[in-house]
Amino acid sequence: MEQQTGTFAVKKGLAQMLKGGVIMDVVTAEHAKIAEDAGACAVMALERVPADIRAQGGVARMSDPELILRIKESVSIPVMAKCRIGHFVEAQILESLKVDYIDESEVLTPADEEHHILKHNFTVPFVCGCRNLGEALRRIGEGAAMMRTKGEAGTGDVVEAVRHARTVMGEIRQIQNMPKEELMAYAKNIGAPYELVLETAELGRMPVVNFAAGGIATPADAALMMQLGVDGVFVGSGIFKSGDPAKRAAAIVKATTHFRDAGILAEVSKNLGEPMVGLNVSQMPEGEKIAGRGW
Amino acid sequence: MNIGVLALQGDFAEHIAMLKRIGAEGVEVRLPKHLDGLHGLIIPGGESTTIGKLAVAYDLMEPLRAFANERAVWGTCAGAIFLSKDARREQPLLRVMDITVERNAFGAQVDSFEADLEIAELKQATGTTHPYHAVFIRAPIIESVSGEARVLSSLPDGRIVAAQEGHLLATSFHPELTQDTRFHEYFLSLVS
Repeated sequence: MEQQTGTFAVKKGLAQMLKGGVIMDVVTAEHAKIAEDAGACAVMALERVPADIRAQGGVARMSDPELILRIKESVSIPVMAKCRIGHFVEAQILESLKVDYIDESEVLTPADEEHHILKHNFTVPFVCGCRNLGEALRRIGEGAAMMRTKGEAGTGDVVEAVRHARTVMGEIRQIQNMPKEELMAYAKNIGAPYELVLETAELGRMPVVNFAAGGIATPADAALMMQLGVDGVFVGSGIFKSGDPAKRAAAIVKATTHFRDAGILAEVSKNLGEPMVGLNVSQMPEGEKIAGRGW
Repeated sequence: MNIGVLALQGDFAEHIAMLKRIGAEGVEVRLPKHLDGLHGLIIPGGESTTIGKLAVAYDLMEPLRAFANERAVWGTCAGAIFLSKDARREQPLLRVMDITVERNAFGAQVDSFEADLEIAELKQATGTTHPYHAVFIRAPIIESVSGEARVLSSLPDGRIVAAQEGHLLATSFHPELTQDTRFHEYFLSLVS
């Protein structure tokens, strides 16, 4: 009997297991334990959370493999790690470390300003960011097995996450209602593979799991994104840049499960301590925004 | 027939879609009151630590044990771990099935796989002859069964991947990720 690894069903399948959950950015093994104890369904192993990458500037790269391995050893839940857009050698290294998912992420400094990684070449699955349906379907065409709306990472301002989720959901609603003969021109206009546009229209959803990311800082933010129709949330700087990370992390996990129950949302939002300070995206110069990275 | 699907975290929507295809109603269960009036329950794939912590936080452990005493319950992957009496590490478990599991028994995600299984009971119950194509995602194995629990399916190397104990069912793979409805049909036969 033959066992097949690295199939698209298996890659996409892990993302399906993460649904309804919270994936948390962690920079140490201690953080990873706190995240797991709070009920995170996976962690993203990083050297710096996006808020620090923003503050410190410079070139942001893949994390030290030693750090990633230490985090992997400290928890039983899946561990993800980020590589730069287009940097397929960082991805090869992360695959050799046996991380469970690679995030080809705009939060790091892009290594290629025209091309993303051909993700079908890997056994490990990839998650990528998107601001609209065209970008999402291009990434899936390259082999991404999970998507996340980009938001604006490291800000604690949910406005861009909402914009990107509404855009993607709106475009899906639009193509569901289009006569089939209009889908080819639509695919051309948004720069997406035609077959994936057809599949999305038929399913009434993206063909892979889609989480929200970039600016989620409170239980209410997480529930907002869930009610807008995403499958789960990434929380980056919002947890470990806040006053009481363990408590806030557990509250965001509960809010993501009970996202339609306002009574529970009120309960878990009580006495969480200081949230991350945050940056107002509307007052940010265009050049400082990172969501525009990705092609 | 109303079948609850524990909706704390994981791929509960996939189970509900499968149930719909075979004419059963799937109901999301997040709080103890949602168990009222259900004929059976599925505990989906997901992260067993997350599901366990949320079940403890919302006082679901005892109501779920009481439900499993009387009605059919099926756990897939994380759900199978949650039903087991022992998962070899400290985490909340229902301990209603006489099985011991080992989490992530095949390794990391790069070792996740698909394989065909020969499951005699399944073929018999559904009147079919073709093998069952199973999807394993960071899957646990059932290390051992004891008491009334019995092996339903094993890999060629002997590792147990499905077990049954009366009206309780555990699979380390994910029938909800396939187009094959036979396992869901088999579970419904335990419900009625």
